[in-house]
Amino acid sequence: MSAPTVARPTEDELQAHFDATIAADRRVEPRDWMPEAYRKGLVRQIAQHAHSEIIGMQPEGDWLLAAPSLRRKAVLLAKVQDEAGHGMYLYSAAETLGADRADVTDKLIEGRQKYSSIFNYPTLTYADCGVIGWLVDGAAICNQVPLCRSSYGPYARAMIRVCKEESFHQRQGYELLMTMMRGTPEQRAMVQDAVDRWWWPSLMMFGPPDDDSPNSAQSMAWGVKRHSNDELRQRYVDMSVPQAEALGVTLPDPELALDPETGRYRFGQIDWTEFKQVISGNGPCNAERITRRRAARDDNAWVTEAATAYADKHSA
Amino acid sequence: MSETTAEGGHGAVPTGPEIPSGAEPTRANTRRDWPLYEVFVRGKRGLNHVHVGSLHAPDDEMAVHAARDVFTRRNEGVSIWVVQAKDITASSPDEKDPMFAPAGDKVYRHPTFYEIPENVPHM
Repeated sequence: MSAPTVARPTEDELQAHFDATIAADRRVEPRDWMPEAYRKGLVRQIAQHAHSEIIGMQPEGDWLLAAPSLRRKAVLLAKVQDEAGHGMYLYSAAETLGADRADVTDKLIEGRQKYSSIFNYPTLTYADCGVIGWLVDGAAICNQVPLCRSSYGPYARAMIRVCKEESFHQRQGYELLMTMMRGTPEQRAMVQDAVDRWWWPSLMMFGPPDDDSPNSAQSMAWGVKRHSNDELRQRYVDMSVPQAEALGVTLPDPELALDPETGRYRFGQIDWTEFKQVISGNGPCNAERITRRRAARDDNAWVTEAATAYADKHSA
Repeated sequence: MSETTAEGGHGAVPTGPEIPSGAEPTRANTRRDWPLYEVFVRGKRGLNHVHVGSLHAPDDEMAVHAARDVFTRRNEGVSIWVVQAKDITASSPDEKDPMFAPAGDKVYRHPTFYEIPENVPHM
């Protein structure tokens, strides 16, 4: 008896099946056929997102040993640990697409893959920890909430976990700032100074203007990305202005004003020259961030080697 | 300037072609040898264990410890299973699978297939 012959689907049929999945807003799962460009684009995006979480531990991590109270230290420790966890969820999602975790880490350290430009700015005072929670994590939430509906299942599921935890990050930051604003004039000045330094870089987190973002169209067609850069940036500004007012700080943009016709805030021109400089490696902390990540990999290699040796010994 | 995007959640990153590397890294490939584990968490008593993600660990015991730190930092679980990914046997290379086709035309396996008069109670 011979086995029944099943016709192998052609490339066109596989593509049609994939297109139908996207069109029906269903999720693509790891072992589905997918266009190579979809897979490669997702690996790059998810790996770079993961790198951002891991590098993102550093600016706030610098303050762990200088937190002003045990309460603030416990909160900051939990927050930095969450960032590590977010990196783990994302590397795990990238691996479902065939990426290798050690390999993408090497690519980060060698400068072949990037991370978010925002983490190349320094944290000069403790108020920066609060402003990062409020503004930087606030911007991250704007970006990440739509990604919970991303067409790639493992990425979307990782984002759902991340978003639940980001809410804690933003609220602890805002609460920290409220506490400082109730303090001395010096403390209030520290908050305003931190806002002055982080506001514009946080707007840059949404990427270049739509007319200068050539990859967006394909990414949106595939359902990986759900809203344009400018739409998300506008949403973020509209949310942040009343929060700044409640806090009692001034956002450093003289052109910021409510447009009575649209109900949305108009804002000034972003310094894209600075953005390009930071993205291309010339930000204040690019070298420091990568140096430390490299040291973490190399100096701690003995720990992973010891654990492997122990496991080998006990499985023999 | 290379192309950039904000797709990555935490902000703008370049999306241009990857910069080619001249030489492969020279460090030992130890971490690569840690097996991949799939992690299942029981959210609370009365629920099934559900797949939550994966991680690398040198052995089973370390995998459980790592799973606790990665997936249950906020009381998300009361029990964790880990299993090496290589030990999982799956139905097919595609979620769309002729294996499940036989169930497609057996509507009589569902209660709604049978019409029962309105006046018959408790059915």
